[in-house]
Order: sequence, then C-alpha cells, then structure tokens
Amino acid sequence: MARITLSNLAHSYFANPKGEADYALKEMDHVWEDGGAYALLGSSGCGKTTLLNIISGLVRPSQGRVLFGDRDVTDAATSDRNIAQVFQFPVVYDTMTVRDNLAFPLRNRGMDAAYVASRVDQIARMIGMEAELGRKARGLTADAKQKISLGRGMVREDVNAILFDEPLTVIDPHMKWELRTQLKSLHREFGHTMIYVTHDQTEALTFADRVVVMYDGRVVQMGTPQDLFDTPEHTFVGYFIGSPGMNLLDASVEGNRATVAGVSLPLGAAYDAPQGRVQIGIRPEFVSPTAAGGLPVTIRRIEDVGRHRIVRADFNGTEINAVVGEGTTLSADMTRLAFAPERIGVYANDWRVAPQGSRTGRAA
Amino acid sequence: MDKTPNQKAWFLILPVLVLVAFSAVVPLMTVVNYSVQDTFGDNEFFWAGLEWFEEMLGSDRLWNALGRQVMFSAIILAIQVPLGIFIALNMPKKGVWASVCLVLMSLPLLIPFNVVGTIWQIFGRVDIGLLGHTLAALGLDYNYTNDAFDAWATIIVMDVWHWTSLIALLCYAGLQSIPQAYYQAAKIDQASRWKVFRYIELPKMRGVLLIAVLLRFMDSFMIYTEPFVVTGGGPGNATTFLSIDLVKMAVGQFDLGPAAAFSIMYFLVILLVSWVFYTVMTNLDKEEAR
Repeated sequence: MARITLSNLAHSYFANPKGEADYALKEMDHVWEDGGAYALLGSSGCGKTTLLNIISGLVRPSQGRVLFGDRDVTDAATSDRNIAQVFQFPVVYDTMTVRDNLAFPLRNRGMDAAYVASRVDQIARMIGMEAELGRKARGLTADAKQKISLGRGMVREDVNAILFDEPLTVIDPHMKWELRTQLKSLHREFGHTMIYVTHDQTEALTFADRVVVMYDGRVVQMGTPQDLFDTPEHTFVGYFIGSPGMNLLDASVEGNRATVAGVSLPLGAAYDAPQGRVQIGIRPEFVSPTAAGGLPVTIRRIEDVGRHRIVRADFNGTEINAVVGEGTTLSADMTRLAFAPERIGVYANDWRVAPQGSRTGRAA
Repeated sequence: MDKTPNQKAWFLILPVLVLVAFSAVVPLMTVVNYSVQDTFGDNEFFWAGLEWFEEMLGSDRLWNALGRQVMFSAIILAIQVPLGIFIALNMPKKGVWASVCLVLMSLPLLIPFNVVGTIWQIFGRVDIGLLGHTLAALGLDYNYTNDAFDAWATIIVMDVWHWTSLIALLCYAGLQSIPQAYYQAAKIDQASRWKVFRYIELPKMRGVLLIAVLLRFMDSFMIYTEPFVVTGGGPGNATTFLSIDLVKMAVGQFDLGPAAAFSIMYFLVILLVSWVFYTVMTNLDKEEAR
C-alpha cells in the first residue's frame, strides 16, 4: 500500500501535441493519500479512464512522474506496480472455471495452493458465487461475469491500490447497492487505496471519502462530498453534482452586491471586481419562492419528487430551480425567487472567486 | 386468426427446385446412373448393380490413392494451422504495415490454381528454375520429376505457400475482435505470454479456426490442379492423389462405371469426415458452455 503522487503529469494521445486541446489530460499535481477511498467523477470523455490507466501503468504519460510512496514508477510495467484494476465491461477467462478465474492472479504470482484456495473461497462468499465455483465462466450472465472481474480485482491482499473503471455499469440496480456496500466494507477492513471511476454522482458520493471531479482533462476539484456541495470550485462541479444542479446566472459583481439583468441582489461577502465572464451560482436548496424581493420569474412547473418539490422557473430564458420542503405552502402570488445571500458563489470564467479576506478559490 | 390453406404457394419454390435440380441433382444422378451400369459404346447400357463398387473397394489402386491423400491432408494441416496462427499473432495490429501485410498475405489466395502450379513447376526445375537451380548449385540432389520425396516436398511447400494465408487471415480477424481490456486485465493479473495465448487468444480464435481447418481439409482432400501441373501425379504414382487418379480413370481410360463408383465413394468420404468434424467441434462448444 502506498500514497500515489502525480507530479506535473499530462498526457496526450498524439505523438506531437500542438496545443492544450491535444491533451487528454492537462497538467496536474495531485497526491492520493494511502488508504483513501476516492471517486473519480466526470462526464464521458473527460479523461477519467486515461488517468486511471496512467496510474495502473497501462498508459505511459507524455510528461510528468507517477510516484508510489517515494518510488518513481513512471516507467515501471503494470506487473511491477502491484495494482488491481476492474474494467467497465466484464473480462473473464471463458474457458476457465469460476474458481480458476478467481485464482488466476494469485497463481500467476506463485502463491501456494492452500492460500489460494482459502482466499478464493473468501472472495466467492463475498461476491455470492460459492455455488458456481466449479462452473465454466463462459455461459454466465453479464453481471455474474462482472462479479468475477470484481472478485479477481480484490483477490490479492497486498496490492498498492485497487482501481475500478465504472465497474457497475452492467450490474442490476439491486446488486449495485450490494456490491458497492461490500466494496465499502472491504475498504474499511483492509484499508486499500481505492480509486473508483464513475459518471454517476450517487455512486461517487456514497462510495468515496473524497471525490475528484474531472472536467475536460482537468481535475477541477478534489474534496469531500460536503465540500463539493457547499463550495464548488468550478461551475461544472456546481451543476454536475446535485439534483438538480446549481443555478448559474450571468451577473456583474461589485463589492457585496450582484446585479442580474438589472436586479440587484445581496451577497454574503464582498468581492474584488472579478474579470471575464462573471456568474453567480446558487444551489436550488437555497432558493425559495416568495411574493416580494428576489428575482421576478415565470414558474413553469412544480415536480413533486416525494420528500421535496422542485420548482422549475424561467428567468429571461435561463432556467432556475428551487427545492422546496414538503411542509412549505406555495401560493399563486409567489412569482419571485429569493436567494440565501451567504450561499451564493461568484464565478469568473467558470472558476470560483474567493471573497475578500479569504484564501480559497482559484481564479482570484 | 385462421390460416387459409393455399396449395398454389408450392409454385413459389419451383424456381429454386429447378435451379437445384440442374446444378446438383441431375449431374449427381448421372454419376449414380453410370456407377450401376456398364456400357460398350453405342449408348447401350447394361445393369451392373454394385459390381463397380465391389471392384473399386477391392482394388489396391483406390486404397493407395486414399492413403496418399490422407497423408497429404494431414501433413499440410499439421503445418498450415500452427504456422497460420503464428503469423496471425505476429502481424501488426494497426497502421500502414497492417494493411501492407494484409495485401501481401492475400496475394497467393488470388492466383488461379493452375498458375500456382505453373509457377512452382518452373520455380522448382533444376535447369532453369530459381529454387531447383539454387538447390542443385548447393550440391543437393533435388529433382522433383524423378524423386518421390522431392516431389512430395515440392507439392507440400507449394500448398503451404498457397494456403497458409487463409488460416492466418481468418485467425487475424479473430484476434482483432478481442477487446483491448482483455490484454489489460491479463497484464494486471500478471499472465505470461503463453497464458495470454492459451486463455484469451486461443478461445477467441476457436470459431474461425474451426472453419479454417474444415475448409483446408476439404480443399486439400480434393486437390487436383496444382499437383497435376507440377508432377502430373508422378514420379510413378507417388503424387497421384484421389482426384488425379479419378480423372485418369474417367477421362484417360474412359472407365466410366468404376470412375462413377469411385466418385460417389469419394464424395461420401468427404461428407462423412466433414460431418464428424463439425459434430465433434460443436459438441465441444456445448460441453464448454456447461
């Protein structure tokens, strides 16, 4: 087990990348703590899998170093890194039995038979396939095959890290919960560093202690689920996380007031005049319908999703959502939306601007 | 909903029946017809029953030709299948060189059979052929026209040259269909090169390999043109395979009755072997799935 350090790392699939656009991964410096459960979250094509393959050694980065602990493994082969990886689609060895499949990584490393047998039994119990151990893997269903892949990923105890590349895509929803819970308890039990790639925020937020959000080849934020909710560092984090995502409105900001299409709104803090495209962002949870004050809007519809209601409104062509608790009464004269000032974030060119007197934030 | 019986529908399959009758049934029945009759010319035929079949089954000539034929097919399969797999494994997976390789590999398959025969007939000649002359210059006693071993070697090398590409190309197609994740998983699992072949590549190639072996078996079992052009079945009867013997009998000696009986047995043997082969392979498949 080891801490993983990505130093000055970048990758392009072109031999001679011309500009930043040619890079699948833009330059980054990150440290992944030993024993952490990380989720790598982002939409398709943002570089998640590339980053994962660089860590496991399947792809060599065009620049920068990868360190496991203090050891530089940038040029080390996959087999030297002692990493386990589970892929998006099930990879099983068709002609082998389930038992041989699970034992394969151990036997290839020359473990003794008794250890292999006990370890295989343990893993089989965990993935619920004890009954099928003697069967050939060929005729099994896709989710059974994926369980075998997961099992093969977890069968070795001494790995530096276990990487999951959207492993639950092909699994039934009820099984998803079960397996995710098992992964989580496995993490607690053995303390392996786990990196879990997904584009499903629920999966990311339930699995990980720390969520790494990627966008367009960049890590835009690395933090706890709470951090991502409270202070998104990038507008992408704002609307990708949360359901519905953060409301973003073009605005101009001066001191502690923002002006949106002529309406002046109070902010929770004062800002130095931000440059570029300035937006304010607020989560729907902190927007409330009101009869006076706030922004005048057209309410399009109200969706009742059980525990709360979502008010979908329109403001000059921009959609604004508000989440309203079950107990709140909505009346016909509530045609304005009020924002909780201390929950409004200010963004310049998509990056969060730190208020005066604060050291967080990036674009400032 | 009730279905109205409409017997006129039978007319719809009439074109196919006519076509199959002319392409397969009529010629085949002509042969069957010859095989049970005797003729002394003038288009007069006498019933001979199974006489020709008995005569053929009792003749050393047919058994010797069959023996040579089985040996030939066995040798070329034993060479071409492993060699084809080996080539497929070592061909570039993508890029310009993959295309270049594919074109080069296809070339022998595009040459007409008698041209292949002619190429090797000349190539192997001791007086003017590059191969024959070079071997002779190296002090080797090589002459395919009067040495049975040399004749066999020439024909086998020619067939390997001509047909290994087919197996290689089929296997290559099978290999290309393996997702990259399999190789990546094998790396993660620390599988050796041999294990990658044994547990990933070979199982994925099995389907195409079955077809390749079946095709090569049938083709080699019916081989005629190339050995006919190169050796004419000689020296002596050394390279007289079944087809060559059959043509000698039917067209050379004009023994239509025995030749027809021979043809039918020949056909049945190919049918039988192919069927056995196919059944065994598909059963293996089912077994695996269990």
